[in-house]
Amino acid sequence: MTRLLELLINGVSLGAVYALIALGFVVIFRATEVVNFAHASLLLLGGYVTAVLHDDLGFLGALAVGVAAAALCGAFLEFVLLRRAKARRDVVAIATVGIDIVLTAELTRRIGTGVLSLGDPWHNSVVHIGGVTIAQTRIAALLTAAVLIGAFLAAFKYTSWGVSMRAVAEDSETAALMGIRLGRVSMSAWCVAGALAAVAAVFITAFPTPGLDRTTSVAALKAFPAAILGGLDSTTGALVGGLLIGLTESLVGGYQDDLSFLGRGLGDVAPYAVMVAVLLLRPAGLFGTREVSRV
Amino acid sequence: MSRPPLTALLWLPLLILPFYVDMFWLQAGLFVMAAAIGAIGLNLLTGSTGQLSMGHAFFLAVGAYGYVYFAGETSGHVTGLGLPAPVAAVLAVALSGLAGWAFSPIAGRVSGVYLAIASLALIFLGQHVLFNLESVTGGYNGRAVPPMKLFGFAFDDSSELIVAGVPFGGLERLWYLGIALLLAAMLFARGVLGARPGRAMNLVRDQRIAAAALGVPVGKVRAKAFTLSSMYAGLAGVLLALTFQRAVPDYFGMLLALDYLAMIVIGGLGSVGGAVAGAAFVTLLPQLLARYSGDLPLVAAPGADGISPAVAARYLYGAAVVAVVLFLPTGLSGLLSGRLPGLRRSATPMKEESPQ
Repeated sequence: MTRLLELLINGVSLGAVYALIALGFVVIFRATEVVNFAHASLLLLGGYVTAVLHDDLGFLGALAVGVAAAALCGAFLEFVLLRRAKARRDVVAIATVGIDIVLTAELTRRIGTGVLSLGDPWHNSVVHIGGVTIAQTRIAALLTAAVLIGAFLAAFKYTSWGVSMRAVAEDSETAALMGIRLGRVSMSAWCVAGALAAVAAVFITAFPTPGLDRTTSVAALKAFPAAILGGLDSTTGALVGGLLIGLTESLVGGYQDDLSFLGRGLGDVAPYAVMVAVLLLRPAGLFGTREVSRV
Repeated sequence: MSRPPLTALLWLPLLILPFYVDMFWLQAGLFVMAAAIGAIGLNLLTGSTGQLSMGHAFFLAVGAYGYVYFAGETSGHVTGLGLPAPVAAVLAVALSGLAGWAFSPIAGRVSGVYLAIASLALIFLGQHVLFNLESVTGGYNGRAVPPMKLFGFAFDDSSELIVAGVPFGGLERLWYLGIALLLAAMLFARGVLGARPGRAMNLVRDQRIAAAALGVPVGKVRAKAFTLSSMYAGLAGVLLALTFQRAVPDYFGMLLALDYLAMIVIGGLGSVGGAVAGAAFVTLLPQLLARYSGDLPLVAAPGADGISPAVAARYLYGAAVVAVVLFLPTGLSGLLSGRLPGLRRSATPMKEESPQ
């Protein structure tokens, strides 16, 4: 029972982190209709900058620089790819694949075979609550993600930035005619997404994961199924999808000894199996808008 | 197609190449041919039907391991059926097609970029299966690939054969098999694209609703394009395995899938010749950089400190993908045929295609 509880809590916490990443992904898609395949490498960039600087600037200082770096990189990508390209949006998505190839090659080269610590203050300490043992990093992840997601959703709903973002997602041409600056909206979306990914990098690499290494971007990729199974154009979907993926990974990973007939390392692939299962039933994801077209 | 004599002239030097160049170039060329077959297939799906797939490394693996399993013998910890090699190759391609068809409930219903992410699942599930199915794949270290044998003629170094004073080993013999397969793959793809299926595929890409209104079964066309392109990938996998002579699961990962996407974008979406050009670019680049790393500035020798040839190649073709999307939407094929980027219909943004 305690084992199940531990796995559930870990799963929710992991899911919250995936939700952070998926949220950025969805925000970019809503604002610009581009699927950003370079998202995992943005996360890697934020994590790498934090890892390199935390000795000199302290954890929070380094994280601030890391977040800024990822946000700037996002803005730069928006500027280069979307301001110039007249190509179809799904072709621009392929251009982000090119960006991803370059960024990942450079960052994995710099990281090499080492494992970098991001210098988070929680290390490997744990808390005991009534027989249940939870790593402090997991609690911190859950709280941070909850605060950030809450702040984001509030901003999305109540600020004029949020309103313009939603207006653009609804109908970008009309929004532009109403005086909304499309360029600003789309650039801010890419900034926010980069920043969220950089924060998520801290918790993806924190205990019990050993640290930032060249496989971190593969772990971050699991935010893709999270975003897709929730529905690519739904912020609620990103949250639910993130949680679903986190819980699946944690539970399947925790009980994989009982599932050994399915092979080793099942926890890492189970999220993808869940995504396929959901897409079979609902091709547009759980909360995504179905493609309805009137002729 | 429109200029048959010129096209034929381009193939002639390829036929006499094994008499003049060394092993390195032959092997590099065979990798290009295998990659080109896979890229043509992916281009049928992505370029012509507008369905993005990041999962084609999986079908390459199905082809490669299908061949190894059907043709290989049971020995040690690996099993095999020991079928004749050509039968095994055909079965391997069929198996890839079957795997692609099995994915059609998703490939037919999920459009464009959604499919790209959904097909990521194939990579990760595929890697999981490859590493765990040790009796078929040989596990982490992979297993040896049995040579191709056609009517008693083996495509390997076992028997001695000298043609015009040049010793013909496995690579020289495979070279001609590769050319034949590539030629067949190109002609078949052109045939598909030039006839009714190709028109249906293009219409599904450009105007999904119009396609449906004209009686084109959108889901079926998408699923069939996916199946066909997975068979191409399977054939590429077979040729790749024959060239490598060893199949290792780790090879068929995410990076390989991205390589194939890079090939078709650089070559030009929707163009058969473009896919071949893109495949040559992406496949040859790391090998050329590795071979000439001593003479190039900035690139270090393999294993030494600094930017390795493999990484340098990734910078270059990653940048090439971005540059092509931004400045040359028709890719290398557009550059070669002199078409201006702005003239193509698909170069205009189309809102209708993206899911709302």
